[in-house]
Amino acid sequence: MKKTTIALALLLPVAFFTGQYFSGPAMQAPSLTADVSFSGGAAASANAKKSVIDHGAVGQVHQVKPGQLIMDAVKAAQPGDVIQVFPGDYVETVYIDKDNIRLSGVIIDGKRPRLYGEERLNDAILYSGNNILIENFLITKYKGNGIMGQAGNNFEIRHNIIEDTGVYGIFPQLGINGLVEHNVISGIEDAAIYVGMSDHIHVANNEVFDSVAGIEIENSRHAVVENNFVHNNTGGILAFVTPGLPIKDTVDVIIRNNWISNNNTANFGAPGSMVAGIPAGTGILIMAADEVIIEDNIIIGNKTAGIIITDHQNAPNTTLDPESDPTPDKVMILNNLMYNNGYDTIAEAKVLLATEFKQGQPDIIRVGNSNGSCINNPQQYITVGVSKWPACSFTNTDSVVNYLLEEPAAPRTVAADEKGKYVYLGVCTGCHAYTGRLIGPPVQVIQSLYMDEPQALADYILNPMKKRDDYPAMPKQDYLDAETRLAVAEYMLKVGN
Amino acid sequence: MMLYALLLATSLSAADGFNLSQSCPPSFELVAGNRCKLVSRYDMYDSLQNKGVGGTQTALPARRDGFSPQQIDLGRYLFFDPLLSGNHQQACASCHQPARGFADGKALSSGANGQLGNRSAPSLWNVGFLKKLFWDGRSDTLEQQALIPMLAEHEMANTPAKLLADLQANNHYPALFRQAFNTERIELSQVATALTAFQSSLVSLNSRYDHYAHGYHQALTEQEIKGMNVFRSFVARCAECHTPPLFTNQQIAVIGTPEPDGMPFDAGAGAKPGWEKLRGGFKVPTLRNIALTAPYMHSGRFATLEEATEFYSKGRGHAVPKGEDLLLHWHIWEPKLTAEEVQQITAFLGSLTDESLLPQTPKRLPSGLALPTEITTNSQTSGATE
Repeated sequence: MKKTTIALALLLPVAFFTGQYFSGPAMQAPSLTADVSFSGGAAASANAKKSVIDHGAVGQVHQVKPGQLIMDAVKAAQPGDVIQVFPGDYVETVYIDKDNIRLSGVIIDGKRPRLYGEERLNDAILYSGNNILIENFLITKYKGNGIMGQAGNNFEIRHNIIEDTGVYGIFPQLGINGLVEHNVISGIEDAAIYVGMSDHIHVANNEVFDSVAGIEIENSRHAVVENNFVHNNTGGILAFVTPGLPIKDTVDVIIRNNWISNNNTANFGAPGSMVAGIPAGTGILIMAADEVIIEDNIIIGNKTAGIIITDHQNAPNTTLDPESDPTPDKVMILNNLMYNNGYDTIAEAKVLLATEFKQGQPDIIRVGNSNGSCINNPQQYITVGVSKWPACSFTNTDSVVNYLLEEPAAPRTVAADEKGKYVYLGVCTGCHAYTGRLIGPPVQVIQSLYMDEPQALADYILNPMKKRDDYPAMPKQDYLDAETRLAVAEYMLKVGN
Repeated sequence: MMLYALLLATSLSAADGFNLSQSCPPSFELVAGNRCKLVSRYDMYDSLQNKGVGGTQTALPARRDGFSPQQIDLGRYLFFDPLLSGNHQQACASCHQPARGFADGKALSSGANGQLGNRSAPSLWNVGFLKKLFWDGRSDTLEQQALIPMLAEHEMANTPAKLLADLQANNHYPALFRQAFNTERIELSQVATALTAFQSSLVSLNSRYDHYAHGYHQALTEQEIKGMNVFRSFVARCAECHTPPLFTNQQIAVIGTPEPDGMPFDAGAGAKPGWEKLRGGFKVPTLRNIALTAPYMHSGRFATLEEATEFYSKGRGHAVPKGEDLLLHWHIWEPKLTAEEVQQITAFLGSLTDESLLPQTPKRLPSGLALPTEITTNSQTSGATE
């Protein structure tokens, strides 16, 4: 794919506008102006950051104030709308099964809206729609996840603070093209940021701490994890293949320029969870993932090791899945600053060191098989299991700005005629055969009655009246929208068998 | 007038002998080559890596279709015909009854000779989408699967030779196989193909949940929506394995449900040498039409959906027998669901019921045998005529 360029400087105006407020009447929301980039300096004009979401025109703005429910605004919202949530407490689960919604906290005098789960509610925000943006919230005391996505593409989750909230802080799953940036997340009993079964993901500029895992990239492809501050977790950054999931591999992950320090917190993961097996003091853990590049991270003070690379056979709690490859292949370790790791390492690591006649505190431990892996300047690290790895054929990933899609993932375009066909076959034919009696009258008869009047037929199916003594009454098809009703009527009147 | 003429024509052609349908079943489009292709509103969407798992608006996984109308219709007759069992007492439909969600309402199914099996008959709704068959996932294709219960001693207890001889000697089947396969000699593989073709037509994708998923949010009650949100929450985590749109991710999971009293521990997928890590593992079943297919789990241990749901809230491994060291699935934990949340989940599961494409039960069978009584006593009145 063609690489886009991000100028980090451009992120500043974004942060400025989203946090902006006016000096006029209290509780005023920021105006929704288009993002404007800094035009001075020496940046080349091609250095433009692409948006993950193609927002299009801004629709209606719904304002939610304390005492109101965010969910009422979500129910009222149409694709393209913006929901602005003012500072205050909101005790609810917000679910968004719609496309193109921007759920935007309004920050005033440093106060942001707080989603508060009272240690009683399950998840704070669930979404399944495409093009969802969630920003500027404080989320705390939920039992499940802070923000959870199921199959939404083109998501942006940013500028949120998530504290002491259940299992995952931010968990996009089964989506394509997503950005998780500038979030501060702590006190999570699994991963603070967990990217599961997703492709083309960018996780950048987050702070994650006091959690079992900081950032986990699991069964996902084409992800960049960069510029994050990952500290005081049990394990810092993980790239995993978890067996037993429908997506089978993790491929093409860049972990670079992160600050990964003092991840020595005792493991408080749920028994049996994959992360419950992580030894406290692990900076980066690669399990069975392929084509992972580790570059220019500062990895310090992680007591077991700076980097552990393992296959499934040597990892606890992994099930058998003949369809997933248990081996971490093509791991590429470039230059990193590693210091004071492995000072209180596990017994297994000491045994492995002894087999290589080495002593000291391991920066890098590799157990199990790994094919095609490489390491640059290994002499700078104390290592186990990588002494036979050759040097990599490159020294940096500067050519990769990110792995986001050049254009947002487009929904499958379905022509009206095609929509009509899907509904005709998917719904109507359950009761109407072309010829002959099924539940309702044959399509041929309906065609002879409505001929050139598809709109009349579309109107009828919205509100059917019993017309024939010899047939049961037809149920309303009011769950189809007007466009779909007309499309199916047109299709039904012309279908030939 | 035209209508009556059409009806008359249809009933006359079927009056004597058996003719296989020349039309595809509902929801299937007849395409070039006399093949029936499934069409669904989910075809409007995509899915990550085409795996058919995701959220509300996610495409379905690859499916078995492309059979001819005649093969599907022949499969329908075979499916209901006790001629396929060794003693001519039991049909496929005996354990997969249309009126019971294509299961049999029993904890453990019994065979043609009355022998009790060790597992619960699974529903066949949407079975054409599955990549693994049987509770332990040991078959990869419906064709392979179809013959196994037919020839198993404790199930239909037939032999290939007897089955083929019975079919070949029948008054109608040779002609029907000729219509479906253009063959003079009936072969076992054709029986398997026809049964596969029919089962691929058992599609349920038009429930009230589906109306919600396609964008009509009024389709579900407040209670059901609450249930959906608990279902997909990361506390209950149901949707992590029972993933939309089929409500299964098609993986093997070790969850540690108890066996019925007196039944030995069932190793499931882990019985295969080298697969010990999957001891006690079973295929994640679809939850579509789940309200129709009590009792639940591989051995039918739970009589109601509430009981089945509560199982997950009673603690990781609480029902694992002493001495069994199972590698329980990581999503089995202690969600501590409230009684209210269990009710909400159950209500939501009820919204997954859709039998709009229930096939017609034949009124007469080509073999001349009577339909097994378990089918006739349970069959619901269908508006269809033959």
